[in-house]
Amino acid sequence: MLVEHALLLSALLFVIGSLGVVVRRNAIIVFLCIELQLNAVNLAFTAISRHVGIEGQVFVFFVMTVAAAEAAVGLAVIISIFRHYGTVGVDKFNLLKW
Amino acid sequence: MLLDYSSGFHYLLALAPEVVLSVAGMVVLLAGVTGKREGGPGHELGWLSLAGLAAAAVANGWLYAGVAEDGATAMIAVDRFRLFANWIFLLGAAFAVVVSLDYVARQKLQAGEYYSLILFAVVGMMFMASARDLMIVFLGLELMSIGVYALAAFNRRDRRSAEAGLKYFLLGAFASGFLLFGIALVYGATGSTNIHDVAVAVQEGTAARGLLLPGVALLAAGFAFKVSAVPFHMWTPDVYQGAPTPVTAFMAASVKSAAFVAFLRVFLVGLGDVSSEWGPILWWLSAATMVAGNLIAVVQSNVKRMLAYSSIAHGGYLLVALVAGNDTAAGGLLFYLLVYTVMNVGAFAVLIVAGNQSERGSRIEDFGGFGWRNPVLGVFMTIFLLSLAGFPGTGGFMAKLFLLQGAVEARLWVLSVILVLTTVVSYWYYLRVAWYMWMKDAPEGTAPARLAVPIAAHAVLLIAAGLVLLTGVFPGAPLELAMGAVEGLVEVVAGR
Amino acid sequence: MFLVESTLRSALAPSSALASALPAAAPQEAAHWEPFLPGLVVLLPLLGFVANGFLALRAARRSSAAVRAGKEWSPIAGSVRPRTHTLPTWIGPGVMAAAFGLAAINFATAWGAHLAEPVIAGPYWTWIATETLRIDAALQLDALSLAMTMVVTGVGFLIHVFSVGYMKDDPGYPRYFAYLNLFVFFMLVLVLGSGYGTMFVGWEGVGLCSYLLIGYWFSDVKKSDAGKKAFIVNRIGDFGFLLAIFLIFQGFGTLDFMPVSAGAAGEFAYGGTMVTAITLLLLLGAVGKSAQVPLHVWLPDAMAGPTPVSALIHAATMVTAGVYMVVRSSALYALAPTSQAVVAGIGVLTAFVAATIAFKQNDIKKVLAYSTVSQLGFMFLAAGVGAYTAAVFHLVTHAFFKALLFLGAGAVIHAMHHAVEHGDEPPAGHGHMDPQDMRNMGGLRKHMPVTWAVMGVATLAIAGIWPFAGFFSKDEIIWYAGAWAGAESNPFGGLYVAYWVLALVTALLTAFYMARLMVMTFHGANRTGPAASHLHEAPRVMIVPLVVLAVLSVLGGWLNVPEALHQTALGLFGAVPAEGLHHWLAPVVHAAEEIQAGAIGEASKSAPIGGGELAWALVSTLAAAAVVIATFRVLGRRSYATAAADPGPQTALGRFLHGKWYFDEAYERTVVQPVLAASRWCWKVVDTRVIDGFVNFTGSFTRVAGWVASVFQTGQVNMYAFVLALGVLLVLGAAVLLP
Repeated sequence: MLVEHALLLSALLFVIGSLGVVVRRNAIIVFLCIELQLNAVNLAFTAISRHVGIEGQVFVFFVMTVAAAEAAVGLAVIISIFRHYGTVGVDKFNLLKW
Repeated sequence: MLLDYSSGFHYLLALAPEVVLSVAGMVVLLAGVTGKREGGPGHELGWLSLAGLAAAAVANGWLYAGVAEDGATAMIAVDRFRLFANWIFLLGAAFAVVVSLDYVARQKLQAGEYYSLILFAVVGMMFMASARDLMIVFLGLELMSIGVYALAAFNRRDRRSAEAGLKYFLLGAFASGFLLFGIALVYGATGSTNIHDVAVAVQEGTAARGLLLPGVALLAAGFAFKVSAVPFHMWTPDVYQGAPTPVTAFMAASVKSAAFVAFLRVFLVGLGDVSSEWGPILWWLSAATMVAGNLIAVVQSNVKRMLAYSSIAHGGYLLVALVAGNDTAAGGLLFYLLVYTVMNVGAFAVLIVAGNQSERGSRIEDFGGFGWRNPVLGVFMTIFLLSLAGFPGTGGFMAKLFLLQGAVEARLWVLSVILVLTTVVSYWYYLRVAWYMWMKDAPEGTAPARLAVPIAAHAVLLIAAGLVLLTGVFPGAPLELAMGAVEGLVEVVAGR
Repeated sequence: MFLVESTLRSALAPSSALASALPAAAPQEAAHWEPFLPGLVVLLPLLGFVANGFLALRAARRSSAAVRAGKEWSPIAGSVRPRTHTLPTWIGPGVMAAAFGLAAINFATAWGAHLAEPVIAGPYWTWIATETLRIDAALQLDALSLAMTMVVTGVGFLIHVFSVGYMKDDPGYPRYFAYLNLFVFFMLVLVLGSGYGTMFVGWEGVGLCSYLLIGYWFSDVKKSDAGKKAFIVNRIGDFGFLLAIFLIFQGFGTLDFMPVSAGAAGEFAYGGTMVTAITLLLLLGAVGKSAQVPLHVWLPDAMAGPTPVSALIHAATMVTAGVYMVVRSSALYALAPTSQAVVAGIGVLTAFVAATIAFKQNDIKKVLAYSTVSQLGFMFLAAGVGAYTAAVFHLVTHAFFKALLFLGAGAVIHAMHHAVEHGDEPPAGHGHMDPQDMRNMGGLRKHMPVTWAVMGVATLAIAGIWPFAGFFSKDEIIWYAGAWAGAESNPFGGLYVAYWVLALVTALLTAFYMARLMVMTFHGANRTGPAASHLHEAPRVMIVPLVVLAVLSVLGGWLNVPEALHQTALGLFGAVPAEGLHHWLAPVVHAAEEIQAGAIGEASKSAPIGGGELAWALVSTLAAAAVVIATFRVLGRRSYATAAADPGPQTALGRFLHGKWYFDEAYERTVVQPVLAASRWCWKVVDTRVIDGFVNFTGSFTRVAGWVASVFQTGQVNMYAFVLALGVLLVLGAAVLLP
């Protein structure tokens, strides 16, 4: 019973994260929404691992590590773009388009 | 020798190429940091990376020649499929490093970081090829992606590069989220992340379909992003155009290959028994990708962007192999990836030599009379373009032929027809470049100067063109290797 | 696969059914025959290409060095230096001469040995080898491929020689010969390849070379557009060909010609869907390559290329590849009566439409282009009525006389071009005179007697007048069409009668438009203006190939004197062996003829409206001769373009007499005008609207599609994320809801 609820919550968080990525304009916020997605998945892993074994919880650690690495690179990229454009609004740069 | 996983050391042996390359990457990084000058030419670091790639290739060869695994359930697969794919990645990376040599020096990039990022990304790719566990797939994918995000944004003086990096990073991370959620759902449905166990659970019907099917769909979407299938392709042209051209070459060839290799193993081996569910989805993705990729490529006026759409289109052809799902198609896919890596890197190498990072040099008009000014480059470029188009006598034709054969064996008539028709369309935009090169005058106001081509780049072009022709005229040996690499892969789960 | 081949070959050994079923004239035991260096025949032109290509690149490099030195430079070709001409002059025609020599040796020895079963040279290597599919790079030497090789290398050699003179002043001389050699290489791969896979390589390759050579003078936008058009139309055809190849593979598990033609009858039922589909798809390829209706539009435009190229690629060799392919697949076509009817129908329709269009063209090359399309239609008609040897026969004779016509036209254009260039003042009323427009010619006979004579021979040949080549080959086609229509149980008997009638009419139209070409070019008053004094005969290097081709155009028909005419005056009372080519090709089409004989019974011995072969031969040659003479008399007195000065007779009677009782006008109004109207309609509506419209549509469609897709490509990350999420939703929905 608990697992279904947890999965539902996880899916909800994931959808909120996705919506955030689609609608928010600030690169940092967009990135945080992606983090929210990853953490929603972590919740799902933890919940499932209650039933099927420890594997899922191990996975959570990996995801956290990867998320940290991603944050490092991502923030570096955002800083780099801030230097060029003076803004982190993702709608402000479309030098590259069709 | 037979690997015995009761010994931890044997795990390291199974990962020999990855370990070697990781060490090489760290050495390059350290050498770059400890080097005195900032932003020097850094050629020696490039050669060091090449040495690392060569060492990894040797390790890979050692595994290929005489190492067998015990059973087919370990997280890391030691099979020919992985090892063959590794060679493709290593070859692509080696080409990318060589064509970067001059570029890195010219743009004054930090050579140590640059080359080590390439090496680490290749380690990620190799993990993806070896992954027999969704966890490894994810780790490999992220290892590769994070490296490539950084590489795409690497030219900090160029705002296009920064923009490409940011777009790639945000969308890539977004797509990884879907992939990860898909993994979680599959894990929930089958109780395991091991691809073999997943396959068994799916086959025996113990998997909870309510979780499995959405999981499969999200996995497909995540992979579709990495192979830039339509409609997950939108980042591709922007990122390919904005990223430093050698990085684009690396992305177009190796990143896509790695994604396809993992895609194939997860879907054909792990989820092969629900292919009736994901088959139609990939069918549509494939059809849409072939049609949209080719049609949009027709209207591009920037060669780099055209090659980006061309790479999308090639992704569509390769998806046909996944839909077909038989041995011919899987072997054809590996062969295609090999040829595709070579011809694509070749074409990009010409672009790199022809133009600087700036827009200049990659507009199609800039290629007017190019062939007559630089006959050698022109001939090479023509060979690559013909091969990309799938002209008989080139590797591209052979590769497409085997995909087509796999599709026909699987009775995918409509997809076969779309493949052939869109290939017909693709002739148009590839040959347009050749047309400009040989049939037009140089654009107004440019001094028709001959380009100075570094010897290393010449060597890469020569090797690539040679391989393209070789695989077109004598495809026997590489094809046998590719077909042998997938032998038994799809049937690893008993009784299928 | 090769194992199958060799067992097959041993099964087809002289004692087997095939040999004993050979026509009586062939010896019961075919002597053993070993090909002599067949690979070299193919390899030589390739070597020529490599050498000439290298020279072309070197010339370009040198001229780009000249630019850096500040000298004037043309980016495409390099500066004109006679030095760059010397080597290509020897290499280009040289390799062709050597290849022709080898081909001739092989042909002669094979003819002497009465080659009955195909000999496979090679495999040199295995091109494709999978568990299921194996394609060897091998050559198949049999009657058909050897005959084709003779044509390709022989006519090709002559055209190479001609080009030495024709392209003398072209700065891209080495490049030109490189392309030409490459073309011959691919053409030889096409005709000598041992299976559909190898054939496809040649097929694509000749297409590429054709594309390169049509756009050879690429500085002209219209000309490069012509190349594109040829390219697109050909790809439509190639698409059909490729699909057919796959279906053949599905059916036979191999792509080699021998097992396919031997196993066709066992694999497919007569008139079955699969074999009909295969043959129709093959036909689509052939129609594209051989410029048949409705894909014929590229060929007239292809005349933008240099004239020797038109002669070689767009008249003598490449465009006949479709006919070759149909004959190669005769065993399949014989099983598909519907496809045969379509082949014949397309052929005869093309022949007619193109002939009417040729009426109204004033560009000398355009007339010849439509004429080529029309003659190719005759070949398709022959192939469609099961007369495969007649198709090949006409292919061979057509290669002779049409190459001759094109080269002759080339000589004329060459002369006109020089005259225009050297003329001191432009002719009255012309700002710029088109050297290809026949209205600017007239009376050239005086200036170019040899060209006139050889063109005359070719005209008589194509018009089908005894004893020239076209008489035998075209007459045979029309005869077979009639005989086929009257066959015992032909499912489409009535249709074939219509074909036969249309073919007859077209044969007469041919005589008319060719006579018109001769009149406008060589007879009557000269209309070139003051530049006429600079008109001169072509140099010897161009004249010699013309004369050789003229001789061939006379003698070519005697390769295959019909049995019925053999002992008569028309066959010179048996002085020449009868049906030489037929006996020679018999083994190739044996399988098809057996199927046809079984399915539709004996072909009729008389034409649909009665009469034997001799009678019809006499009637047709006399009719053609009459048309030629009448055209000369009527059109020869007409004055073109410069009629303004003549006020004409003043009295009614005078006008009536001068107007020759207005027979011309009556003729004009009742016959010519409707035909011309039809011709204009065919040209305007079919060519420019329907086909060009389609080509343009495909172009604009891709553009619009590209534009629509690019609307989403805004560069906005949010937009991309949105589409991505939408894609995920779609995929998710499909996975969850659909099953």
